[in-house]
Amino acid sequence: MPEQTFILNGKPVTVDVEDDVRVLWVLRDVLGVTGPKYGCGINVCKACTCHINGRAFNPCSVRVGDLKPNDRVTTIEGLADTADGELHPMQQAWLDNDVSQCGYCQPGQIMAAVALVKKVRREGREITEDDLDHIRNICRCGTYSRIREAIEQGARNM
Amino acid sequence: MSDPTMDSERTQAPASERSGFNRRKFFGYVIGGTTLIAAADIALAEPAKAAIPSPPQIPEIYDLNDLLTTATLPTANLITVTINEDGTASFALPRAEVGQGITTSTAMLIAEELDIPVEKVKVTLADARPELLFNQLTGGSNTTISTFTPIRVAAAVARNALLDAAAILLGDEVNRLITKAGAVLAPNGRSVSYGELAKHAAAPKTKKVEVELKDVSKFTVIGTEQKRIDARDAVTGRKVFTMDLKVDDALPTMLCRPPTLNGKPVKLLNEAEITSMPGVTDVAMVDTGVAVRARTFGQCIDAIRAMKVEWRDGPVAGESDEDIVRKLRQAEVPLPKISELGLDKLKLGPINLNLVKSIDADFLFYFRSNSALDTNAAIADVRSDRAEIWASLKSPIVAQQTIAQELGLPQNKVKVHVVQGGGSFGRKLFFDAALEAAKVSKAMGKPVKLMWHRADDARVGRMHPMATSRVRALYLGTQVLGFVQNHTSIETDFRHGLGELITAHVADLPTGLGNFGFAETIFALTQEIPYNFGVVNQTLVETDDRFNTGSMRNIYSPDVRTAAELVVDQLAAAMGLDPLTFRRKFLKDKRVLACLNKVAEVGKWGRPLPKGMAQGIAIHKEYKSASACLVEIDCRPETVGRDIPNAVTGPRVTKAVYAIDIGLAINPTGLRAQMLSGINDGIALALTSSMHLRDGHFLEASWDNYFYTRQWNTPPEVNIIVMPSDAKTPGGAGEAGVAASMAAVACAYARATGKVPDYFPINHRDPLAFRPKPFVPPVPASPTNGLKLTY
Repeated sequence: MPEQTFILNGKPVTVDVEDDVRVLWVLRDVLGVTGPKYGCGINVCKACTCHINGRAFNPCSVRVGDLKPNDRVTTIEGLADTADGELHPMQQAWLDNDVSQCGYCQPGQIMAAVALVKKVRREGREITEDDLDHIRNICRCGTYSRIREAIEQGARNM
Repeated sequence: MSDPTMDSERTQAPASERSGFNRRKFFGYVIGGTTLIAAADIALAEPAKAAIPSPPQIPEIYDLNDLLTTATLPTANLITVTINEDGTASFALPRAEVGQGITTSTAMLIAEELDIPVEKVKVTLADARPELLFNQLTGGSNTTISTFTPIRVAAAVARNALLDAAAILLGDEVNRLITKAGAVLAPNGRSVSYGELAKHAAAPKTKKVEVELKDVSKFTVIGTEQKRIDARDAVTGRKVFTMDLKVDDALPTMLCRPPTLNGKPVKLLNEAEITSMPGVTDVAMVDTGVAVRARTFGQCIDAIRAMKVEWRDGPVAGESDEDIVRKLRQAEVPLPKISELGLDKLKLGPINLNLVKSIDADFLFYFRSNSALDTNAAIADVRSDRAEIWASLKSPIVAQQTIAQELGLPQNKVKVHVVQGGGSFGRKLFFDAALEAAKVSKAMGKPVKLMWHRADDARVGRMHPMATSRVRALYLGTQVLGFVQNHTSIETDFRHGLGELITAHVADLPTGLGNFGFAETIFALTQEIPYNFGVVNQTLVETDDRFNTGSMRNIYSPDVRTAAELVVDQLAAAMGLDPLTFRRKFLKDKRVLACLNKVAEVGKWGRPLPKGMAQGIAIHKEYKSASACLVEIDCRPETVGRDIPNAVTGPRVTKAVYAIDIGLAINPTGLRAQMLSGINDGIALALTSSMHLRDGHFLEASWDNYFYTRQWNTPPEVNIIVMPSDAKTPGGAGEAGVAASMAAVACAYARATGKVPDYFPINHRDPLAFRPKPFVPPVPASPTNGLKLTY
């Protein structure tokens, strides 16, 4: 079985698993990292959203064999370490706005929100209502308004 | 000897207290043990029977929550609060937390009576406790209504025991001590923490004690804004759902399901090929499909896609939406004629029937999915002499009974753990995955972690049944003389325990209801027209049991209310009144009226809007709560046609204002969260979300097929108002936000477009907004292009 090496939440990891297993299952089933959730497996619901080299990606749609040894994968479990403080400002904003209901989609929502703020900053601007309208992460509990408020707060503190 | 007169004075509570409204003295128990365990009988709650207005519909006197609460009475069993040496209090809640916030509100109830910070209360979910009989069912928005008193009694018993122990330790009298923030304080400044007292307060053997609960006016926790106790775990990825549990050797397992709804597997034609695939450990056939167990779920998906299976067609093979609509129409009962309504009973004097006008309306509601984001999932470890199950279950006792029966084991040899759920919306009332996991584990002889693919969860999972709702409203001048609503539905499956519950309590129901079937009973106990509309009659007929259905959040109410409120708007128009004025004139409940006035004021009812935009307003009354919703909708072409890739955009609800009077609101922020959720559900039900049956199977297989409300649909402006209340008891919250929201959106849409829709959601007959995924294989391949889509 091939060895797969990448950097997970700041630490290099190596696992024995076939090339075509999607990263989501390597994280969840092989490494026991369960923050990224399964919601569809076809890159639609975005519940598994993580970061690769600082940008949002969906591990359900990436073969582990396509990761390079120096690729930095960050899951919700490693997000806080990418910023000062005990929690990332976006996680704190989620707490301040009491966003979560069942909480299942929220790790993906937070990872998507952080990447979105960084993306618009790269474009030299701030988040707009239109940006928020285009977020694809589904929340079946319908926490959308609180998500929007939390993203605006989190962005101010990032 | 005590003075008998005194005694009788002490024990004779005023009528208002006996009715459960204001009673504060209760008996509880200190349980024998090595640390302090305080207990209360969970059956302490008494149904609160309100005064009877006349002429009332059934839910005004005795509603579903009274039934659910009554059903708990004969099960004399205990719930316990344990004080731990680390100063925390722990409690195993015999209900399922699926996002509705009951672990948080429960922690608040305990914190209130115990005088301990909320964060020191640890609430877990109890395993299936068969001795609780009907009292472990999470449904009907009944958790807080039924547990409000017993949980506080247990906490109050604990507080008294701590005070007794502290009095000895501090050498002072109990009545000179106070409790505060998890400690007992003496007047001389000495204090001792609950943690230190836990062992001292332990009782050598169980004893019965009387406690007096805090008066509502003394509450310092209940009624305050409390953030969810599991929020930090949720935002750090530590919150554990079924699929996150680590159970030894329970490897990922999935099923290859039949290409027609509820078809059956006959034979796996390439078993050798499948078992030799990477990661695969086992293959087994069960009644619902062919199961595969592997090292990863990804390898299960690959195996399912490679399976060649011979299938037997399911019971709706070849049928489509139109066929089911036709069957539904055949089951409809004719609406009564004017002469059959008994208008003479209204004592209005002689009525010239020829002058009575009628508004007839007919609405069709398509199938909708209650699939949660956390798909059906369960872990099962079945051995020859015992079994252990982990799943998010709202009816764990029935699950345990059914699984035990299936496995041929005694019920007490099946341990059932209730796990927090990633949403339910009624889905987790059933235990489809738990039962299936048990069968697969038995067939394979190994533990399994079984997960439904999203495509299966959407297509084969349970649904809100298709239904029609027909209304006939009769009016003469400015009076409404009669309002008849006949609801006809594909069968709603209640076989998750509510059925047994009703059977067991038929005798408790108001006269006549005992003859009804389960569905009719639920309908009769929940539906009501809260207007002064003369002769009011609502009935239900159900037909066709071939579908996988269930009580989707708020059950019948969203459809029934939407149909009724659309007709209310038509009545208003016929009398030349605006929708708000009409409702003010005819509403018979003052709590509902207060909610209506509140949303009209905050939402600025009647403010000018451009052509193509409109407001809608609607009300609802259920779960001992009253509510009203005002929305604004934008149906202008530039909005309807806005382009978002792979999305249904359509009309946009731009503003939602919701007012709810729930009685005593335990946690206003949690309550507003539930209303926010209900608003987004209502928008989806009215505008975008439905299942299409084509040729024997439902087409929708992903969140980009089944269009639940997304960020591009959600209102940019939402305002939720918790109405002030002097009630001493809480109503239900989890489902209370859906019906008025759906109805308000439908009314706004009709006013914006000038056209009253006759089916919902309004986009159901549009050309499909997606290309249906194949049925063979039943699950789609995971993409591989994720690295090209980073941002």
